[in-house]
Amino acid sequence: MTGLRKGWRQAKWEEPLVYDIGDPERTGYIIPFKDEEGEMLRELGSEPEEALKEKGLLREEAPPLPGMSEVEVVRHFTRLSQMSYGVDVGPVPLGSCTMKYNPKINEAIARDPRIAYLHPYQDEDTVQGLLEMLYLLEKWLAELTGMDRCSLQLPAGAAGELTGALMIRKYFSDQGENRDEMLIPDSAHGTNPASAAMAGFKVIRIPSTQSGTVDLEAVEAVLGPRVAGMMLTNPNTLGIFEDKILELADMLHSNNSLLYYDGANLNGIMGLVRPGDMGFDIVHLNLHKTFSTPHGGGGPGAGVVCAKGPLVDYLPRPLVEKKGDKYYWDYRCEKCIGRMRAYYGNIVPLVKAFLYIASLGGEGLRETAIQSVINTNYFIALMRGTKGYELPYDPTRPRKHEVVISAKPLERETGVRALDVAKALLDTGLHAPTIYFPLIVDEALMIEFTESEPRREIERYANALKKIAEKAYKNPEEVKKTPRNTAVTRLDDVAANHPRSVTPTYRVLLRRLRGEKLIL
Amino acid sequence: MLPWAPSANKKDREYMLKTIGVSDALELYSDVPSKALLKKPPRVGFGRILSEWELRRIVNNILDKNRYFTSPPPFLGGGICFHYVPAVIDSIISRNEFYTAYTPYQPEINQGLLQAFFEYQSLMADLLEMDVVNVSMYDWSTAAAEAMLAALRVTRRKKVLVANNVHPEHLEVIKTWLLGKSVEIRTIGFNEETGTIKLDELERNIDNDTAAVYIESPNYFGVLEQGLEAIADIAHKHGALFVVGVEPLSLGLIRPPGSYGADIVVGDAQPLGIGLNYGGPLLGIYATRWDRKLVRQMPGRLIGLTKTVDGEEQGFVMILQTREQHIRREKATSNITSNEALLAVAAAAFLTLLGGKGLRELARTIWIRSHYAAKKLRGIGIEAPRFSSEFFKEFVARFPKPYNEIHKHLRSKNIMGGLYLGDKPPLYDKHSALFCVTEAHSKKDIDLLVTAIGEAL
Repeated sequence: MTGLRKGWRQAKWEEPLVYDIGDPERTGYIIPFKDEEGEMLRELGSEPEEALKEKGLLREEAPPLPGMSEVEVVRHFTRLSQMSYGVDVGPVPLGSCTMKYNPKINEAIARDPRIAYLHPYQDEDTVQGLLEMLYLLEKWLAELTGMDRCSLQLPAGAAGELTGALMIRKYFSDQGENRDEMLIPDSAHGTNPASAAMAGFKVIRIPSTQSGTVDLEAVEAVLGPRVAGMMLTNPNTLGIFEDKILELADMLHSNNSLLYYDGANLNGIMGLVRPGDMGFDIVHLNLHKTFSTPHGGGGPGAGVVCAKGPLVDYLPRPLVEKKGDKYYWDYRCEKCIGRMRAYYGNIVPLVKAFLYIASLGGEGLRETAIQSVINTNYFIALMRGTKGYELPYDPTRPRKHEVVISAKPLERETGVRALDVAKALLDTGLHAPTIYFPLIVDEALMIEFTESEPRREIERYANALKKIAEKAYKNPEEVKKTPRNTAVTRLDDVAANHPRSVTPTYRVLLRRLRGEKLIL
Repeated sequence: MLPWAPSANKKDREYMLKTIGVSDALELYSDVPSKALLKKPPRVGFGRILSEWELRRIVNNILDKNRYFTSPPPFLGGGICFHYVPAVIDSIISRNEFYTAYTPYQPEINQGLLQAFFEYQSLMADLLEMDVVNVSMYDWSTAAAEAMLAALRVTRRKKVLVANNVHPEHLEVIKTWLLGKSVEIRTIGFNEETGTIKLDELERNIDNDTAAVYIESPNYFGVLEQGLEAIADIAHKHGALFVVGVEPLSLGLIRPPGSYGADIVVGDAQPLGIGLNYGGPLLGIYATRWDRKLVRQMPGRLIGLTKTVDGEEQGFVMILQTREQHIRREKATSNITSNEALLAVAAAAFLTLLGGKGLRELARTIWIRSHYAAKKLRGIGIEAPRFSSEFFKEFVARFPKPYNEIHKHLRSKNIMGGLYLGDKPPLYDKHSALFCVTEAHSKKDIDLLVTAIGEAL
């Protein structure tokens, strides 16, 4: 083995804000056909400023936006990118986020002008290729989930959840039933209760059992005529498969309640188990998780909502249809909840998901899921018995897409918390897992490698966690001082959020510097 | 070989399974009820793993069925128009560290992303003359819906007023998102001649249970609302919030919403360096003035400036997260988590590439070209613009015969004309179409359009 470079360090640039580099008078942009402006102005006989001023609509001065040359813009953002970290740099095993690799071929094809230059209101005969892709994608996603139809309109998973909750609401209200309660397990993603509340539901919290699955007796106890449904992710956020899912579905259905599937955790069972076969009525999928489209530092992603049986009528419209060999948008909406966003959906991620499924096919997707589960359980095997960490909730049971380990022993014995472990991981050039979630695990480290991580990286990760624990037992203060090797050291969240110092924009910063007392 | 799953090879798999202590990977699924387990793989894709070249060839055949228009670019309006996106923008958002990153929950290792987001928030705030901007909603329509929800929470009232000349899809989205709340949504009509909202109707309908007045300027017809201060006054007199939807590029030249009393501003930053992509992804803008309640009730992600714990340096973190779903669950201000953050980086890069003066020049040239197009159309006897109030970029043209017939002729000349309004609210007028002219259209493009329309009359 060679001795190339020891000790990771992130790039660090003394890169100021654009306000400190640019100048509103400068620009790096040449306006197209600028030389024709004079002729058009002569034809018009008036300057825009005159017309607008007369009507009280003119902005008196150009906005104070710093301008830069193209070279400076590129350097600025390239330097910023070097102080950022994504899957192409190293593992980002954030649990429930499914940070898998984003295939480059999909990025390349999605930039094709035959997609990029399409206007959403173009005549349908000029977008037949795109509609064909969307039509196939819908078919494939319906097949993968065991549902009848899917709406591709939703820009994100949470929007899909809101859609599902609104569909459930309208479904019952159309039947003259007043069902305003939604059951949600205590291990659920935060978006579930938030979406249910937005749709006007009262959230009923369902506890988990000792083995980390939904407490069926607790469900039985609250079932009644007000219960509209239950929102569930399976495997759950502990990475544990809800093995009583068929019984649970029966219980809900015999109460005429509906079962909603949060697809954030589909990756480990894709192609092996279908939500439809488990008894779910509505499903949302996060294409930016399971189907490999990039997260972009927060988005854009894409959500898809699928439904079966009578609930299909409630899906947002329009849906893509085919008649003969022609594809078209069907806007008919008799029972549908309406429209959840303008235009048709986040097309670019939809295309990338299409390409992903096209590349892998059913067997490839299934093998992908299996590999993600092997990766999780291999990591668990490597971590087993490591001092400082424990695996809560039935440690003998295999996990699926993710695993939640607890740093509770470490915290109890050394004072080093999950947060410190996360920061210490950053110092080794590895991204931290999701921490302090799910809420039912103390000092939680929620880890999802996905199938994309090579065995070597999983071993490196387990080793890093072991070394951090060892260091914590020897010298806990050292661990609490991390990170040191990232572009900045640990940041002050308290000051960031303090009502007297919170600074969300440069404009507010200037106002504060001018001595204004801005309290939030 | 299984692409993108490096350990899915015989050697690694065997080793890993042995370490786990199982002989077959399917043993890891022993807790799945056998009734629910698929016996064979689902029938999706093309039945096998495809090589890149095979994928490209299949997709190429499909994409050949699309037609895109660049010479001239489409004249379609409807809240989204053809703008040229400079190459540097795609280059920047194609940086691997940006586009393959997650939400920067670990700020120390993602300072670059966070700074870019903070810069977007700051640049947008300066453009709007608002104090606080979040780092994105999905699009204009959902930003408007979220603004209505925020207004209902802030005022604890049960009614919103929406101008009937806003984008009809935005109105539909607002209605859908508010389905679960027992809220009255009342629309306010517009003046058939000017295209602007009827102030007297607004005054008749507003009351002390009104949470928000929502208008767009430019509205669906491209018309800039007049008497914005008067609308703000009416709203504020009744304790309602004034929510305004804007096209951000217009603000290089047009008064910003912060200058006429807007409480919440929404919009779409698509004109700022974001491609058409058949209408998505887009970049929803959401901004408020400095007000405790408005900011605390804001949906979405916010980045703030702070310092390191040791006080040595400054840096950026996500702030006011106690509003968000991962902490507050059913009490959160919104369920939003994934957003359009990468496009906020695109918009930030676009705005700095232009600079304030450059943005003004761009807005100015769009004003000139769209007005030139309208004037040329008037020259051949078409009512353009159909509404008399000042417009920006988009305008409604009314034709002596059904627009569909004209559109057909334009297509025969390889021109993608305007947006037919015969089947769309609020006009439902077969003779009208919505046109959009931007910096991407040359004088020759416009003249070509006008000549072709002339032939079809």
